[in-house]
Formats: sequence, C-alpha cells, structure tokens
Amino acid sequence: MGNVLVWAVWVLAAFSCLASGVAVISFSNPFYSALALIGNLASLAVLYLLLSAQFVAAGQVLVYAGAVMVMFLFVTAYLGGQADAPWAGGPTWQQFGAVLAAGAILVEVIVVIGLKAGGRLSHEAKIGDEFGSPQQIGHLFLTDHLLAFEITSVVLLVAAVGAVILGAHSRRAGTTAGVIHEREVRARP
Amino acid sequence: MLGPDIAWYLAVAAFLFATGTLGVLMRRSPLIVLLSLEIMLNGANLALIAFARHQGDASGQIFALAVMAVAASEVVVGLGLIVAIARKRLDLDVDKLSFLRG
Repeated sequence: MGNVLVWAVWVLAAFSCLASGVAVISFSNPFYSALALIGNLASLAVLYLLLSAQFVAAGQVLVYAGAVMVMFLFVTAYLGGQADAPWAGGPTWQQFGAVLAAGAILVEVIVVIGLKAGGRLSHEAKIGDEFGSPQQIGHLFLTDHLLAFEITSVVLLVAAVGAVILGAHSRRAGTTAGVIHEREVRARP
Repeated sequence: MLGPDIAWYLAVAAFLFATGTLGVLMRRSPLIVLLSLEIMLNGANLALIAFARHQGDASGQIFALAVMAVAASEVVVGLGLIVAIARKRLDLDVDKLSFLRG
C-alpha cells in the first residue's frame, strides 16, 4: 500500500516536473516561463523528499522558489514583456540543430549511465533515519567539506560585489545615454 | 526503498538536462536562456541526490547545495548583465548581441 502511494506521488511529481520544464522553454513570454519554472522547482523538491533529502528540499523551496525566482520575476516585470515566439516562422536550421544536439545529449547521458551503472542501480544502500537531516548536513559541512563551505561563501560574496558593480556602472551609463537620447528627441522638429 | 528505483530518477534528470539544453540552444531571449540554465543545473542536482541515496552517502547532497549556491550567484550576475544590456537600449536577443564592444 505504501509502495503504491510512493509510486503515485513519484509519477505525479516527475510528470509535472517534465511538463513544466517543457513549458519553460516553449512559452513566448518570459514571465510565464519564470512562473512555470517555479512549478518545476516545487515538483523537484517533492522528488528530493522521496530520495530522503529533506534539508535540500527545504533549501530548494526557500532559496530557489523563494529568493531566486522572486528576483527573476521582479527583473522580468521591470524589463517589460519582450516576447519572442519560439516557433514563429517555421523551423530554421538553427532550431533543427538545437533539437538534434539536445537529443544527442539525452541519448548520451542515458547510454553512459546504463553502461557504467546499469546493473547496480536497483540495489541501493541501507540508510538510517538521520540521512539527509539538517544535523547530518551541518555536520558534513563543518567537518568533511569545510573547504567547499568556505569557497561557497566566497563565491556568493564575489557574485554580490559583481552585481553591485554591474548595477552601478549601468546606472551611470544608462542615465547619460538616456539624457542624450531625450535631448535628441527634443531637438527634433 | 519504497517507490521507483534510482534509475527512474536518473531518467527524469537526463530529460530535464536535455530540456534545458534545448532551451539554451533554441531560445533567443537571454531571460529564458537563464531559466533553461536553471533547468540544466536542477537536472544535475537531481542526479547528484539520486546517487547520494544510492550510495547511502550524504556528500552528494553537499554537492547539490553547493550547486544551488553557484546557481544563485549565476542568476545574480546574469540578471545584472541583462539589466545593463536593457539600460543601453539594446535588443534582448542573444543572436544580435554577438560582439563584446561596449
């Protein structure tokens, strides 16, 4: 009974994950794409829970679906709706090549996983109740993976500084360009 | 383990990665290219967590958390670049933004 329930939840989460992934790349409006990505991230969090990764699932919902996507939606709304229709004007050689490359990557990944790990994937290790809990993740972060933890903080700091520099520079350049543009517009008879 | 084998999770991860690749290669709006990159990173994350469950070793989840931090940084810098491009009144089209001159 429990097995059937887990299967049902898995099928629902996997289907909504793949469907919203396809929706992200096929909406012409970036705003709708970002909304579809939130659904994708939420159903991925369900899959993480099924794999007993509680802390990562919580972090996924908080960091991704919360912080990152809110920022994304904010920028998309700020830039306005600049839609580009993905399938307008019939298929081009570029789209044909893109579909071919993506299909090749899919086949490649599946074949490599099947060849290297195919027989062993059905016997997973026994795990205890604490697997994936915040205690275990915190313990691992501060003992075995301390360097990764510190480097992550440096990466986040560099990204924050970079975003501030990009924003400040573009604000100065943008306003002067805007003023010149306005003068030109005004100078026209 | 209840429910499907690890192989099913890996199949979903491979499909997600291929979907993201298709989006990155096909779409012209840099906003949607960034979203497709997020899908690719999440496909890799799902594979990492599935293998962590398979090995019974939570180090894979540490990797996934590091990938999430890198993805957040990438979105911050990418959105900063996109806003800078939009402020210069250039088209948001990666096919037209093919030179690096300011």
